Parts: sequence; structure tokens; C-alpha cells
Amino acid sequence: MRYYLRKLITLIITLFAVSLLAFLAFQIVPGDAASRILGTEATPETLAALRHQMGLDRPMLVQYGDWLHSFLFGGMGDSYSYSMSVKALLGPKVHITFTLTLMSFLMIVLISIPLGIWQGKHAGEAPDVAAGVIGQIFMSVPSFFLGIVFTLVFGIGLKLFTQGQFINFDQSPSGFFGYLFFPALAIALPKAAQTAKLLRASVVRELQQDYVRTARSRGRRFSSVLVRHVLRNAMIPVVTFLAMMIPEIVTGSIIVEQVFSIPGVGRLLLSSILSSDYPVVLAIVVMLAFLVVFMNFLADVLYQRIDPRIKVR
Amino acid sequence: MKHRNWTLRIGVCITAVMVALILLGAVWTPYDPNALAGAEKSLSPCLTHPFGTDNFGRDLFSRVLEGGRTSLLIAFCTVCIGAACGAVVGSLTGYFGGVVDEVLMRFNDSVAAFPSILLALVCVSIFGTGKYKIILVLGILFIPSFARIVRGEFAKERTRDYVENARIMGAGPFRVMFAHILPNVRTVLLSSIAIGFNNAVLAEAGMSFLSMGVQPPDASLGRMLAEAQGSLFTMPWYALCTGCFMVLLILGFSLLGQGLQERGDAL
Amino acid sequence: MHRKMRNLILALLLLAMALSLAACGNKAKEVETPQQTRADTNEINVGIPQDLEDSLDPHVTTAAGTREVLFNMFEGLMKADPEGNIIPAVAEKCDVSDDAKVYTFTLREGVAFHNGQTVTVDDVVYSISRCAGMLDDGVYTAASTLKGIVSVEAPDDRTVVITLSEGNTEFLASLVTTYAAIIPADYTDQAANPVGTGPFKFASRSPQENFVIERFDDYWGTPAKLNKVTYLVTAMDTAVMSMKSGVIDVFAHLTADMAKSVEDQFTIEKDTAKLVQALYLNNAVEPFNDVRVRQALCYAVDVDQIIDLVVDGNGVRVGSSMFPAFAKYFDESLSTYYTQDLEKAKELLTEAGYPDGFSMTITVPSNYPQHVQTGEVIAEQLKAVGITASIEQVDWNQTWLTEVYANRNFQSTVVGFDTSTLTARGMLERWTSDHGKNMINFNNAEYDALFAQAIACTDDAEQTALYKQMERILTEEAANVYIQDIYNMVAVNPGLEGLTFYPMYVLDVASIGWKA
Repeated sequence: MRYYLRKLITLIITLFAVSLLAFLAFQIVPGDAASRILGTEATPETLAALRHQMGLDRPMLVQYGDWLHSFLFGGMGDSYSYSMSVKALLGPKVHITFTLTLMSFLMIVLISIPLGIWQGKHAGEAPDVAAGVIGQIFMSVPSFFLGIVFTLVFGIGLKLFTQGQFINFDQSPSGFFGYLFFPALAIALPKAAQTAKLLRASVVRELQQDYVRTARSRGRRFSSVLVRHVLRNAMIPVVTFLAMMIPEIVTGSIIVEQVFSIPGVGRLLLSSILSSDYPVVLAIVVMLAFLVVFMNFLADVLYQRIDPRIKVR
Repeated sequence: MKHRNWTLRIGVCITAVMVALILLGAVWTPYDPNALAGAEKSLSPCLTHPFGTDNFGRDLFSRVLEGGRTSLLIAFCTVCIGAACGAVVGSLTGYFGGVVDEVLMRFNDSVAAFPSILLALVCVSIFGTGKYKIILVLGILFIPSFARIVRGEFAKERTRDYVENARIMGAGPFRVMFAHILPNVRTVLLSSIAIGFNNAVLAEAGMSFLSMGVQPPDASLGRMLAEAQGSLFTMPWYALCTGCFMVLLILGFSLLGQGLQERGDAL
Repeated sequence: MHRKMRNLILALLLLAMALSLAACGNKAKEVETPQQTRADTNEINVGIPQDLEDSLDPHVTTAAGTREVLFNMFEGLMKADPEGNIIPAVAEKCDVSDDAKVYTFTLREGVAFHNGQTVTVDDVVYSISRCAGMLDDGVYTAASTLKGIVSVEAPDDRTVVITLSEGNTEFLASLVTTYAAIIPADYTDQAANPVGTGPFKFASRSPQENFVIERFDDYWGTPAKLNKVTYLVTAMDTAVMSMKSGVIDVFAHLTADMAKSVEDQFTIEKDTAKLVQALYLNNAVEPFNDVRVRQALCYAVDVDQIIDLVVDGNGVRVGSSMFPAFAKYFDESLSTYYTQDLEKAKELLTEAGYPDGFSMTITVPSNYPQHVQTGEVIAEQLKAVGITASIEQVDWNQTWLTEVYANRNFQSTVVGFDTSTLTARGMLERWTSDHGKNMINFNNAEYDALFAQAIACTDDAEQTALYKQMERILTEEAANVYIQDIYNMVAVNPGLEGLTFYPMYVLDVASIGWKA
């Protein structure tokens, strides 16, 4: 219980620090929302007046306190670029990025786990070596290049999807998943290769353990030993690895959303950074920070659950 | 059992070839990478232009070499900053332990937990873009991962007999740390440096791809890829050649790192 | 454990199948081309490189991209026709006093707002006062285009009288832009749910994704042909793909490269963009405070090569701060005043004390590929006279507007300037020495004197001559390295017709329709 409490405190402190840092960041950046709104029509007088109206001339910490106060009570402020609340702005974007992340995660699991186990079982044989080489290459392909190649091959060449024609879930659920399929795959393949490699090594290590030989000598079938004992142990590092990977998938989606023109959180984040729309940036950064910290927490808990031998301090 | 470390061998070969090409590009390229040639716009790959030319008639092979040089330079400086600072921080905290160690490592953990590209994006929005700023931002962001690895090694080695012996013989803490322990953690450090290169090239490419990294006239592989995306229909070779070059560079470093790790484990 | 694992794997496999089915389902639907369905429902998709990232209030928004869209939803008392003539819109007619100080407008009857209300004189008085910054309602309007208004009054319920502090023959031109749009009085949600009198009304939006407008059926004039126009936010990098795959029917401001990529599937319509692209030099900083250095740059740069390489020939030399479409004011001879002459450039540099050249920085806004590329080509050309130019790409919002434009903290920059009003004054006034927007710190007493004469002048021919003299000074003094007016290339689906160009930075979608 004390452990969870401590983790909870760390979570709160991290979020606080992240939001404060992100907030400070925008104070240092030249140019603010007021100068952007007035654009080429700005004069020093109107600029000062608008800053005053938007509260941008108040001391930084007061502005931060203000933001924090409203955030704690569920508000995230209003976007400067769009005349709507950050909540209304983010709502429809979050489910897109969430779906993309989830699809990509499922693909990683679906590809890497069977592949890793199979490779581990047949370690050293020709197909294993070939898979290893291919996996190694995939690990070195940045997801945005993979995205470009997919566009070239599946979009332009085979016309399996229409680049740029993003379909909303409301319009057609199947179209929505269909459009996200290739972006998700572009994120998933390099990560799946990493996971498969880890699992393979883990399985190989476990197969060399004495208990496997003991179980075999007692007449247990190989597959039963594999499932009952080997996998259980071999999965421990993989599960934590997968949990830690989720934040990386989300950041991967920031770039891939650009490649495939997906109107998700990543595109909103980039455009908001460029237009100094910091209520939006803050909300997104804090959300991502929460995800990162929460996933680390989850990884710890899973680690403990799967392997009762481990006692986390 | 005689184990042939193929990963290391192939890694060394690819890295050697790529680095040699890029270094060669620093002194000699087939064409001036910035020379404009109106008559040779958008040529597909041929004998005179192995990667073709872009819409300014600039030779893409020369430009890729130049872009590779920028990427490699950034990776090199980033890793230097990260490894040097990380090694110092990691060795001190690992060797001495204590409260400072505890605090620094907590901080380290939280920084390391964040995907580096996200942090870099936030940093770049503060410091701005450009070659040197990217080096600084990525360099600082790379410190924690090195520090953690070095710290782990030092904490492990600290209790070994040879360290005890050296201490009994009157060697000061710095002598023990750098003359005795450091050589023993060399392999680990080397492999993490190679992996650091791999990550640095990836991070820089990602940032530049989002046009938040290197700015023209500096060419960089990521930025070229972003440009190439716009002409995927007319000049697909632009994206493919640039991308493959980048993949090979990353592949070399990643194999090198893994190979070194394997060697370390085998020892 | 065993069973659980198997169930899990089974579930995951089912999910995978569902996903791949989803992918196939998508493919099957693609058989019917998207363009065909849009022709059936009488709608089009227009690609825009940037979302409308500011207020939708026409009096407030300054971004050219936003005004380009709002043009279809708003009207002023007057409006411009494609030839640049000023014709009545919400007003039925306008009488101007002889000294050009008093403008009397008669309202058109039965003009409706998108929210169903009818336009009254109160709305007009409110709108004009608001956009001229005369209302103290806490909204910061882009008021600078409407200056010198003393009073706006409504003597009866069909007449509005605007009185100016001094005579201004060009006043009507400043009423045609969206800055001076007529909006309902005391309507407070303009920034999010705009209401105007234009042929299209706001329907919905999804940030970073789309912006949808629909035909306004109670429009007083010629109704729009299309039922619905969807603006799709499409990054420049991916725009070609979206066009090729048939997602987009119209895309304006193509680069030469993009035009070449899509010309097999699209009709490329061209018209000059009505802007002056130049290497703008900060006349107040070394070495550009020396006229010989500025002239040397003009001689060192090969404008024709820039036009060839950057826009593939789709540009026109300008030579001064005036673009060719303004035929009345454009002086053709200035456009070839400087031609590339490296010897002369070196001579001038030596005279100025820079025999070996110098280093300079060209600041370019990273979101305008044409300006960035022009900067790159110029940097390469300047090498020939020993000048080392480094390019600094900056963000438009964060750095360009504040550091370069407002603080004038720069050496040189490549951008294009246009005018928000249909007047020569809009192009030339900004370079008078004490003007707030004189970014380049141009300071020439003769120029200032000529400008004062020109605006006081009520004779058209004389005024035109004065403006032309001002342009000549800009050229002779080499205030900037003038480059070109870039063609605005618009890719149009061949199934569409009716695209018309205006002497302003707008895209009129009301005239576009599907061919029968």
C-alpha cells in the first residue's frame, strides 16, 4: 500500500513539474498569442492592449496559478487559435490517436509474440536467422520512412487506401479503421521487430534452464512445457517492455499522423506549438505525461503480478 | 565454443562503409551539392547521377552525402555531450552513492521515461531550431541514459575485489574510478555509445522531418525526406534513396551496438 | 492458464480479422470514385495548406488564408468584381461629395444575414464603427485599413453617411475587403459562429481537419452554384497525393513542382498572385545602409534564374513595389532596370568598401516554400560576388511577425507583400519614413514628399504619375532586391467550371460549379 502511495505522489509531482516546465517554455519563446492574432496589423499600442485583455501581461506565476486552478477543476481553458474550449477541441482528436495507438499496440502483440516464440523454439535454424535479419532491418527503419514507403506501395501503387482521405468514425467505422490500418502498421513494425527479438532471446534463455530438462525427462510434452513453464517466465520482461512502449507509440503517432494527414492529437500539438497556442500544448503535454507516468506504474505492477518472486521496493 | 560474432562484423562493415562515404563526401562529392542546374531538373537515377536530381537540378547523391554528414555530425556531437556528461555523472553517483545518487537517479528515471522526441519538441519550441541548438538539446537529453548505464556498472564494480585491493594500496577515489574501474566498463560504454549514435540519428531525422530540426542551407536526411514526400509522385526515387541511405546508417550503428553488447556478454 | 492464454490468442486473432475486413471494406467502397459522388451531391473539396487558426470574426482576423475563405461568407457595403472595379453590394449605390469627404450610401432592400435577420442601417453603422475601431467593445479589430473616419450616421432607415476627416478618393476601395464586412449589430459569437451576408454560410468545422460552408439560399445576388464546399486542411507535403487520389477538387497557390505533378489530372488555372516578392533589405543596418551595396545586390542576383528554378517560369519580374495586375500604376521599364551584371556588382561593392564581399543572413518564413527556395537560390547566386549568405528559416508566428516585422531586427528577408485594399497607396504608403509598417526602415525625403502630394491629389492622372515616380525612387535607390509577382496556380478538377480570379488574394467559390 505504501508503495502505491509513493508512486501516486511521484505521479503528481511529475505532472506538476511537467506542466510548469511546459508553461515556462512558452514564456521564453519570442512572440505570443497576441502578436499572432494581430499579425501584420499590429502596432505597439494595440498589442499592449490585447495582451492586457488576454491577461498575458500578468506575472508568469499568476498566469500559471490561474491555469492550474482551472485545470484542477476540470477546465483546460480556451484555445487561442480556435474560438473554442480546449476540451471541445481535444475531444474528437483523442479518440483518433487513441485508436491509432491501440491498433498499433495490438499489431505489435499479434506480430511479435507468435514470431518471438516460434523463433525461440527454432533458434539457430535457417528461418529463424532469416527472420532475425529481416527484423534487424525493420528495427532500423524510422516509422515515418516506413509510412512514406507504404504510401508509395499501398496508396499510390496498389490503391488500397486513399492518401489524404481520412474517414471519420461517424461517417463509416470500417473506413475509419481501414484508413488507420497502414499508419498503425508503420508504427508497429519496427517496434514489433524489437519485441520479437527480446522474446526470442528470453525463450532461448528459459529453454536452457534446468527445469525444462527436468520436466522433459519426466515425460512432459515439449509444447506443454513451453506453454506452462517457459512462456510464463519468458513473458516477464516482454510484458514490462510492452507497457513501457505505449508512450513511444503515442509519440511515434505524432510523426506518422503528419505522413498520413490524420487529424489527431499529434497534428494538433505541432500546429499549436507553431502558433503559440499554449493552453492546447499544455493540455496535450500534461496528458502525454500522465500516460507516460501511468504506464511506468502499470509496468511495475505487472512485473510484480506476473512474477511473485519480485518484490518491488 | 567458438562463437562468431556476425552481428558485430556486419555492423562494423556497414558502419565503416557509410562513414567512409560520408567522410569522402566532406572532401569530394561528384557534384557541388548546392550547384543549380536548370537543364538537369528532376532526372531519375542514371549513371551520371546515381540518385537522380531534384527540382533545382542538384545532384541528389551529393546532397544525400552532405545531408548524411550533417546527421552524422549532429549524432557525433550529441553522443559526445551525452556520453561525457553521462559518464561523469554516472561514475560519481555510482561510486559514491548516497542521497545525491538517490535524488539524481529519481530525476533520471523520470526524464528517461519520456520519449526523447517529445521532450526535444518541447525544448526546441523554447530554444528554437538550427543545427547547434539541436545538438545542444539532444545532447542534454541523452545524458540520463548514459548516466544510468555507467552508474549501474560502477555500482556493480565498486564492491569487486580489485577495487578493494586498489583502495587498500592507497589509490585515491578518482584514481580508482578512472584508472581501475573505467577500463572494465569499457565494453558496456562502447556499446551504449553505438546505440546512442543509432538513437541520435533517428531523433535528429524525426525532428528535421517535422521541420523542427536542421534548417537550410544545411541539408539533413530528415529534412530531405520531408521535401521528398511532396514529390513522391514525380520523383519517388528521391524519397527512396534518401530513406534507404538513412536506414543503412542507422542499421550499421544498431548492429555495431548489439555486436559489442554480445561481445561484452560473452567475455 | 493454458485455456486463458488460448482464449486470449483467439480473441486477438478475431480482432485482427475484423481489422483486415475493415481494410477490405474500405477498398470495396472506393470503386465509386469520390469525385463522382461529390458531383451528384453538388459539392466540392478545396484543399488549404493551413487551418483557419485565428478568429473567424472578419474584422479581427488578419491571416491571408483565413480571409481567403471568409471572402465567400462576408460582404462589405461595396465589393470588387473580377476586373477590380468597385461595385455596390450591401449598399445599392454610393454618392461621393466633390471634396471626397462625405460618402452617402443607400442600402439595398431585403439583404438578409445568415441568421435570417434583415440588414438594417443600425447593423451598417455598427459594422463600420466596429471595424474602424470606434467602438469600445474590447475587440481589437484590424482597423488600420479604415482610417480617418469622423462619423458614421444613419439619417433615415435606408441611408448611411460616412464623413472623413480629409478627402480620400480611394476610400471606397478600403470597404471591399472582409475587414469592412457588414455583420449583425451586437452579435457576440462572431469568432466561433460567423454570420454575414455572403453567398455561403458557415456550417461546421473540425480543427486541423476541415471547415465546411453551405450555400445561403436567401442571398440577395446571384446564388452560389454549389450546395456545399468543404475546405480540407492538407499539408503542402501531402497535398499532391490528396489531389492525385481525388480527395481534393481545387487547390490554390500551388508550387511549380506541385503543378507539374498534377497537370495530367487537373486543369491548372493561372493568374498573378498580386504580390511583390523581394529580398527585403533592412536599410538601417550595415552594410545595407549603403545604397551601393543594395545596388550591388540587385546586379548580383539573376531574377530570371530565380523565376526559372523556383517557380518554373511562372512569375513576372516586378522591379518595384507594384505588381503588373495593377496596370494603371505598374511601370514596366522598372522591372528590367537591373539585370545581372557581376562586374558592376563587384565594382559597386569595392566602391562601398567591400572588395571581398561580406556575410549576411537571409531570414525566411519556413511555412512558405517558395520564399525559402528563393532565399536558397539567392544565397547561391551571391557567392559569385563574394557574399556569403546564410539562410535562417524562422517560424512565421513566433519569429517573423515579432522579430522581423515588428521589431525590425533582421538583415534581409524574402517574403511577398500584397495589399488588403485595392489601391496603389496600400502598396506604397508603407515605405514612407515614419510609417509603422516600414519594416525596411526606408528613409527618403523625396519619397515622403511625393506621397503627401499623391494622397492630397484629387486628379486621377496626376495622382497616378506621382505614384509612378515613387516606384521609380524605390527602384533607383534599390530599397529592396525586387524579384517577382508569382503566378497563383490553381489546380481545378476538369469537371468544374467557372473559376474566376480577382485582383485580391481570394478564392471565389461561389462562381464555381460542376459542368452539366
